[in-house]
Amino acid sequence: MNRAWRARNHPAYWAFLVHRLSGLALAVFLPAHFLVLGQALRGEAGLEGALRWTDSPLVKVAEIAIVVLLAAHLTGGVRMLALEFLPWRDWQKSLAALAAGATVLFGLAFALALVGGG
Amino acid sequence: MSASLLQVRVWRGGATGAFRSYEVPRRESQTVLDVVTYIQRRLEPGLAYRFACRVGMCGSCAMTVNGVARWTCRTHVAKAVVHDTLEIAPLANLPVIRDLVTDMREFFDKWARAKGRFVPTATRRDDFAVVCPDRPERRAADAAIECIGCGVCYASCDVVRWNPAYLGPAALNRAWTLVNDVRDGDHRTRLAAVAGDAGCHACHTQMGCTERCPKEIAPTASIAGLKRATARAAVKGEL
Ligand code: FES
Repeated sequence: MNRAWRARNHPAYWAFLVHRLSGLALAVFLPAHFLVLGQALRGEAGLEGALRWTDSPLVKVAEIAIVVLLAAHLTGGVRMLALEFLPWRDWQKSLAALAAGATVLFGLAFALALVGGG
Repeated sequence: MSASLLQVRVWRGGATGAFRSYEVPRRESQTVLDVVTYIQRRLEPGLAYRFACRVGMCGSCAMTVNGVARWTCRTHVAKAVVHDTLEIAPLANLPVIRDLVTDMREFFDKWARAKGRFVPTATRRDDFAVVCPDRPERRAADAAIECIGCGVCYASCDVVRWNPAYLGPAALNRAWTLVNDVRDGDHRTRLAAVAGDAGCHACHTQMGCTERCPKEIAPTASIAGLKRATARAAVKGEL
């Protein structure tokens, strides 16, 4: 393990990284999302085309990734709020674990729904 | 205890310099400070390093040991060693004076900038202040008061690295103890001092400080407290 990383290898730093990176990834995704939705303004055909494109398996996988990102960012944010607004001493690590667990749960539920629905 | 010899790499020089290697006999219950002292006494008389109490009270012996900031007098070699090797460097985020000695001036200047000094409201002619140990303020101060000023938190904080003006975990933790001191007379100035760009709101809650503090203080909790206190003061129009 490299030295710079050894100093940072603890749960709270991981939580920070996940929160920050998922936020950045979402910031990149959102414009694309609105672009697709914006197709609706130009009539049904455009949106239909875009929606058909989302049926491809690759896009399906990407959708799961986005839901996981959203869940990660959401639970990370909730963790942050709890840290900053609730009195705490020793349960901050459990909080990070809780956030991670909830994220995985969201992702799995969504993946199941996609597979089940498709 | 695996090997009878430790391979120790020690930083020599100032901001520029290099690691030099030494071999130090492995002993039972040996601390990292013992290793540095052995090198200075037997192998490298010119080695500069700091220590005083050797029992975890003075906060002068902190160094970077295998990448992690630690108080060396209370860190057993067994805890920090990797493959019989120790790499000992000066604390990060502080200018290096020589070898393992850093210039702590900026670190302590920031305590002053965070208004880390008690502002009395009573005189010597007044009676002792009575502060009930159960009061929430007293408990909050208690949780943060045992800081020995070793700089481990400061060296473990990425925000300090990214923003050199950032007051840092120790100074903010100190400010928090005073914000909770019911005898103190200048809460408003202190809150204003820690509310700026370089203050509590710059913290990214990475919690390196809380993870590494040898006294098991949670500066992150103190900083979160300051965030709430400054926000409340701002809402009331006091900032
Ligand atoms: S020498 Fe005093 S704390 Fe280590």
